[in-house]
Amino acid sequence: MSTELHHNPAVVGAGSATALLRFATAGSVDDGKSTLVGRLLHDSKSVLTDQLEAVTHASLKRGQDAPDLALLTDGLRAEREQGITIDVAYRYFATARRRFILADTPGHVQYTRNMVTGASTAELAVVLVDARNGVVEQTRRHAAVAALLRVPHLVLAVNKMDLVDYAEPVFAAIAAEFSGYAASLGVPDVAAIPISALAGDNVVEPSAHMDWYGGPTLLEHLETVPVGTDPSAEPVRFPVQYVIRPQSGEHRDYRGYAGQLASGVLRAGDPVTVLPSGLTTTVAGIDVLGKDTGIAYAPQSVTVRLTDDIDVSRGDLISGGTPVEPTQDVTATVSHLNERPLAVGDRVLLKHTTRTVRAIVKAIPYAIDIDTLEHIDNPGTLRVNDIGRVVLRTAEPLALDPYATNRRTGSFLLIDPADGTTLTAGMAGESF
Amino acid sequence: MTATTAAEFVTPGEYSHPFALSHLDALEAEAVHIFREVAGEFERPVILFSGGKDSIVMLHLALKAFWPAPVPFALLHVDTGHNFPEVLAYRDRTVAEHGLRLHVASVQEFIDSGRLRERPDGLRNPLQTVPLLAGIESGRFDAVFGGGRRDEEKARAKERVFSLRDEFGAWDPRRQRPELWSLYNGRHSPGEHVRVFPLSNWTELDVWQYIEREEIDLPAIYYAHEREVFTRNGMWLTAGEWGGPKPGETVERRLVRYRTVGDMSCTGAVDSDAATVADVITEVAASRLTERGATRADDKMSEAAMEDRKREGYF
Repeated sequence: MSTELHHNPAVVGAGSATALLRFATAGSVDDGKSTLVGRLLHDSKSVLTDQLEAVTHASLKRGQDAPDLALLTDGLRAEREQGITIDVAYRYFATARRRFILADTPGHVQYTRNMVTGASTAELAVVLVDARNGVVEQTRRHAAVAALLRVPHLVLAVNKMDLVDYAEPVFAAIAAEFSGYAASLGVPDVAAIPISALAGDNVVEPSAHMDWYGGPTLLEHLETVPVGTDPSAEPVRFPVQYVIRPQSGEHRDYRGYAGQLASGVLRAGDPVTVLPSGLTTTVAGIDVLGKDTGIAYAPQSVTVRLTDDIDVSRGDLISGGTPVEPTQDVTATVSHLNERPLAVGDRVLLKHTTRTVRAIVKAIPYAIDIDTLEHIDNPGTLRVNDIGRVVLRTAEPLALDPYATNRRTGSFLLIDPADGTTLTAGMAGESF
Repeated sequence: MTATTAAEFVTPGEYSHPFALSHLDALEAEAVHIFREVAGEFERPVILFSGGKDSIVMLHLALKAFWPAPVPFALLHVDTGHNFPEVLAYRDRTVAEHGLRLHVASVQEFIDSGRLRERPDGLRNPLQTVPLLAGIESGRFDAVFGGGRRDEEKARAKERVFSLRDEFGAWDPRRQRPELWSLYNGRHSPGEHVRVFPLSNWTELDVWQYIEREEIDLPAIYYAHEREVFTRNGMWLTAGEWGGPKPGETVERRLVRYRTVGDMSCTGAVDSDAATVADVITEVAASRLTERGATRADDKMSEAAMEDRKREGYF
């Protein structure tokens, strides 16, 4: 399999359609994550001359004699001053095979919420470890967050292999320990790759120092891992975003329900249920951004027309296949994101798909020690970066799927009603 | 608008299942979702429209998102007074064609009335922030769409899709709301507004490939043409009444095109013979310079120029 990169990789795919992979990177402070990201961007020819010049100039100004590739990714004044990554940044690069959106997430313990943010949209997570240290607390934390967020693919990148003489037994032991831990989290797919981000081994180019490794380079793996899940295997979930009624001469009777299909394949003629009302009807037609196609599939943004003139508005869910039972009692695993703690008795807003309702925190049965996965019972509150279990009562019924079966209709936000601050990210149903 | 094709199905092997979306379809679906969220949650949204390719693509996406109904947003143009005439003509043509409402915030009016002072270097891009914020306030806009992309600049790479701005229009990168899944939080207090960036995840090349696929018409200055230019700070600037050339600067006729469209005082042309969209795609893919690095003077002023302007309320 070729890992050859063209000088202008994206143009090769310009005529045909290429797929998009969203992935996240996580690693502890000194594991070399910035170097890895810099190496991926640099070796895939995604760093352009003026960017490199700017980094070289900034590095010299700081008294460094070589360009510090970490400055490519640390974009804020405060980050560059302190030499750390504070917030998630998104990077874009392409090869002939794929387009990539990389959520570059900070490794600090106190920024767990940022890894949660990056992992929420990722289809793959790269967890970086230092070959000299092996699996440490932070590694388990990153793997647990990826598992909790149901990131479909996990990659263990064992970095700094150059500092352990490229020794196979070192790599094998770390890979075995990590796979065991991942299995206990229920992660189905783990790839382990020995690399040196600094020397460039197995990142983009295959290593000349590790003949014993027969697998793909990191980039090759990113290029070939299956993207997306097959929507035809899933029930239809279509949150209504907006009702389109032109009331113009040409389209006087047009009434379409606009939204992005969260899962499934929907066809004209299909029977559907509108939730939470429970009314049933059939699909009269489907318009994909201006054209009647008669079919739509996740994650397309489309407009659905229904046979019957029933009451459907923003916040409703058009559902097909296995029904979802609307409920006002929500049990979920949550990641608390804000400095203001979440406490039993708090009144909050809950945003689920296109619907926002009032809710009360009825109970916090436990917080999870993310290092050991042990439960801390009845903590009373969840503080920033805490992950725990929450029971909520909502003012109106919600059509929630378990997050385990649907990342889009199983996720929600808790919002402070006073000032609109995003407090908490929630995942309905059982975790791990 | 022309009806467009459904998703591009591609060769097996590239994808794991027959319903996978191409990267352009995925980006389009996401952007349309963002437009509809804003329409569903805000009272008075507006689209910042400069007549540049990103705002033109934004408008195209909005037209598709609400088809067959009209776009439920007005346009807001921050007119620096040093615009390219072709771009203003394009703007007015587009507004008329789609029956849109256009608001104009004029930098020249602010200078004439003494509320802004011309900079000694003549750059007008940094002066846009004040009329922009005044325009947002007088229009009472609560959501303001911008064509900003995260690939443009390192401070932009840190910006959320929904970016809350306080009553001064300011962006505080350390106090951004976390943004998870596609659950965008648009809540704001009176006086505050939210900047919304539907093209956050697009790159310059994505924009051009989408322009090609959708056959979107652009102002002619995006394609190679002969033009009277002179060099200043290493960039080819268009000669004109706005303030160039100065003594010692010589005008010459060159074959050029623009990669970005902004104020004439700080937007440089690049030498190019790319006369068609396909030529431009080839050129952009092979370029070793970023879009802004090649053609924007205002970003070169300091290491954190964009972050500093955004903190003041710039888009």
